[in-house]
This record gives sequence, structure tokens and C-alpha cells, in this order.
Amino acid sequence: MLRPRIIPCLLVSNGGLVKTVGFREPKYVGDPINAVKIFNEKETDELIVLDIDSTSSGAEPDFKRIGHLAAECRMPLCYGGGVKTAEQAKRIVALGVEKVAVSSAAIETPQLLARMAGEVGSQSVVVIIDLRKRGPVWEVWTHNGTRRAGKTMEQVVAESASLGAGEIVVNSIDQDGRMKGYDLALATHTRRLTTLPLTILGGAGSLEDIERLIEACGVVGAAAGSLFVFKGAYRAVLINYPSQERRDEIIRRSLRLPG
Amino acid sequence: MITIVDYGVGNIQAFLNVYHRLNIVARAVSRPDELRDAEKVILPGVGDFDHAMRELERSGMRPVLDGLVLERRVSVLGVCVGMQLLARSSQEGSLPGLGWIPGEVRSFRSTDAAKSLAVPHMGWNDVRPARTTGLFDQLADSRFYFLHSYYFHCDRREDTSATSSYGAEFASAVSAENIHGVQFHPEKSHHWGVRLLQNFAAL
Repeated sequence: MLRPRIIPCLLVSNGGLVKTVGFREPKYVGDPINAVKIFNEKETDELIVLDIDSTSSGAEPDFKRIGHLAAECRMPLCYGGGVKTAEQAKRIVALGVEKVAVSSAAIETPQLLARMAGEVGSQSVVVIIDLRKRGPVWEVWTHNGTRRAGKTMEQVVAESASLGAGEIVVNSIDQDGRMKGYDLALATHTRRLTTLPLTILGGAGSLEDIERLIEACGVVGAAAGSLFVFKGAYRAVLINYPSQERRDEIIRRSLRLPG
Repeated sequence: MITIVDYGVGNIQAFLNVYHRLNIVARAVSRPDELRDAEKVILPGVGDFDHAMRELERSGMRPVLDGLVLERRVSVLGVCVGMQLLARSSQEGSLPGLGWIPGEVRSFRSTDAAKSLAVPHMGWNDVRPARTTGLFDQLADSRFYFLHSYYFHCDRREDTSATSSYGAEFASAVSAENIHGVQFHPEKSHHWGVRLLQNFAAL
């Protein structure tokens, strides 16, 4: 049986591992390579690493750092941050990264997705959609939540699917870092929009939140930042991840599989 | 010694890392003359079928590979698209494959029942080996990481060496004598993958 994926999402800024709240106040939480080593030991399902400086500063992806990360990473790795061309995506895959995530560049120029799929294959093209809830709708934002995209999420999902994306990640800016649970309405709404593999990010504060997400959406990716880097109410830094047994139990319960 | 064919397609470094940790000598080669004396060959691959086939031809290593595998009967392991290249053709493209194992590569979307299936098949799935010897020694109860939209359909049932379920049952591994292929990524499948790559080295 294909299992839901439980995915730590690491944010990198100035070479350090950080965690934000509502896309603001990046708090330094350690060294990314060290975190990757711990997630290796825990046999993590998959890892997302996002460089949150690259797009807003307009810089190229830091290929040297990505290569270093990929060399350490023993689980499937998705990298995002500053990718604007299919050539960059190809170079990143060649460094040993399974999936390349794009957000701002693909929302502004959806044709980028077709070009990326042509170079690295659809299965390695991930679109991240950052969203803020405004009244009854979710607004799409780009450039780290600083610019309104002027497109609806329904448009972005449809364009991404038709042009060759292999996965959609929806990221709730409102829930980011709050650890109060996923926006389940957003998750189920997105699930109905597409048959692409889907990953939900933003808001997980406990393994129970992940259980609720899988209950609501079935086999999806449940991604989380704070949950896997902080421990306790005072947000002490502690890289953590549930054991294989614990993950199996979460999946069994949330999908109501026989014991 | 394990030789990994580096034709610009696939995650070479991840294989080297696994073998390094296992203390098994492995090297990546990108020229025909380096490949000639290979004892055991891994053919990786990701992305588009035609692109992979074209790059393999362009590397100049195809004739040497044919000689190694078909005449000298060196063991070869195709991984992901590297496995799909073992077939004679793919619905993904128009170029012929290597044709080493009779079969064709089909799309998960090719049946009506699969219209609602999330494609690509992405994530961790169970792999049920036909026999727990050789490549699947000690891997009776195993799971591996998959990332693909097409699968291998064998002409001969006996060439399917492991199956997995996604919509329907499909061949997650194929084997015919010295030629093996796995659809999943052992290089990124934690202890299960390490075991499989170790088993391949011991064949």
C-alpha cells in the first residue's frame, strides 16, 4: 500500500536552519547538515529544504550548498528556493536531488513548468503555493509572502497540473509556525482540485494534527517545520521525528486500516 | 567492485554513498573505455524515457554495455528509468529501449480505472518479492521509495521478480538471468535499500 508521507520541511537562511512564524521572525535553530544527519538516522520518509533568501534577494540557488546537502541526505530530497530556469532545475537534479520546488517563478511564468518537466521529468517538478485566507477564499502570495500573485489558487493548481507539475505543496502562511493544526478546509479543498500527489504544509503542532490531516485527505504528504525542530511549549530546539512504528500507527488509525 | 554508469541521468552520488558506507568499492564511469572491465553494473536513471535513452547512446557506452550484459553475462541492475530502459519500448516515448527483458513500459493512466489515481506514484510502498533469495535476500517484508508515472509490463510472467500495488498490481522489480531492474529507488530507501544494494554486490 502506498503510504501517506510525513515530511520535515527545513527552512534555510544565510546558511543556517531557521523557523518562522507567519513567514516572519526567522529564529535560528541550528545547522542544516546536522539536522539532515539526524533525519537520516530516523529513516525519515522524505525531506523538503527551502532556501527562503534566494527568491526575495533574486540570487541564483546556492549550488554548492545544495550539493553538500544532497550528498548527506539519505532520504528523498525536495529542494526549493530561487529556481527560475529549467537549466537550474536540471543542475540541481544532477547534484542528487529528487525533486525541485518552484513557487514565485512558476506562478508568474507557468511555462517554466513545461520546460522543467522536459528537462527533469514531471515526477521531479513540485509547485509550492503560499496562501493567505481572506474571507471565503485563499489568496496566492509569492516572494515569501510579500507579493499578491493576482491569480486564484484554483487557477494555479489547474495550470500546474496541465503544464507538467508532479506534485503540489500548499502552504498556509496564516498557520505557519503556529503549531495549532493544519487548515483542513484548505487541504480538502485542494484535494478536490487535483489528482496530482499533494502535500500540505503549515500549522502542524502534534502528531495528532497529522492524523487529522490524513483522516480528512487520505494518502497525502503531511509536511511540518516547527513540529520536527521544536519540543515543548517554550519551543526548545530539538530535532525529532516519529519512529517507523509510530508512523505506521498514525497511518493505520487515520486511514482506518485493520490492526 | 560496482560500476555505476554515469550518463548524466540519475543520482550517482547516492549509490556511491551507500557503497562507501558498506565498505564496498564502487566507482562511477562516464566513458566507454572505463566501462570495459566492469564486473557488476548499475544503470540508474530518472526523468524522461527518450531523454535517458538518447543520453545513454550519446555517452558512447551503449555498445560496451550490450557486450558486457549480453555476451559476458555481467550482472546489471537498472534503477527507476534505468529499469524501464531494459524494455523494448515505452508509452512515454518513441525511441526503442535496450530490449534486454521482453516487455514494454506502460502509463499508470492507460486504464480507465486509473483515471482518479494520483500520478506520479510517489512515496513509500510495499514490495513483495517472488523469491527472497538473491537481490531480495532478507527483504520479505520491505518497503521502498517510488517516484514514477510509468511501469514495466513483462511479456513473460516469470520475469517479474517483485510486485507492488498501485491501483492494480504492477512489477516493481524484474529479473532475467543476469539482468535485473527495480522501479523504486534503493539508493534512497534507508535500510531496505542498503540491503538490496548489498545483495546486488553479493550476487
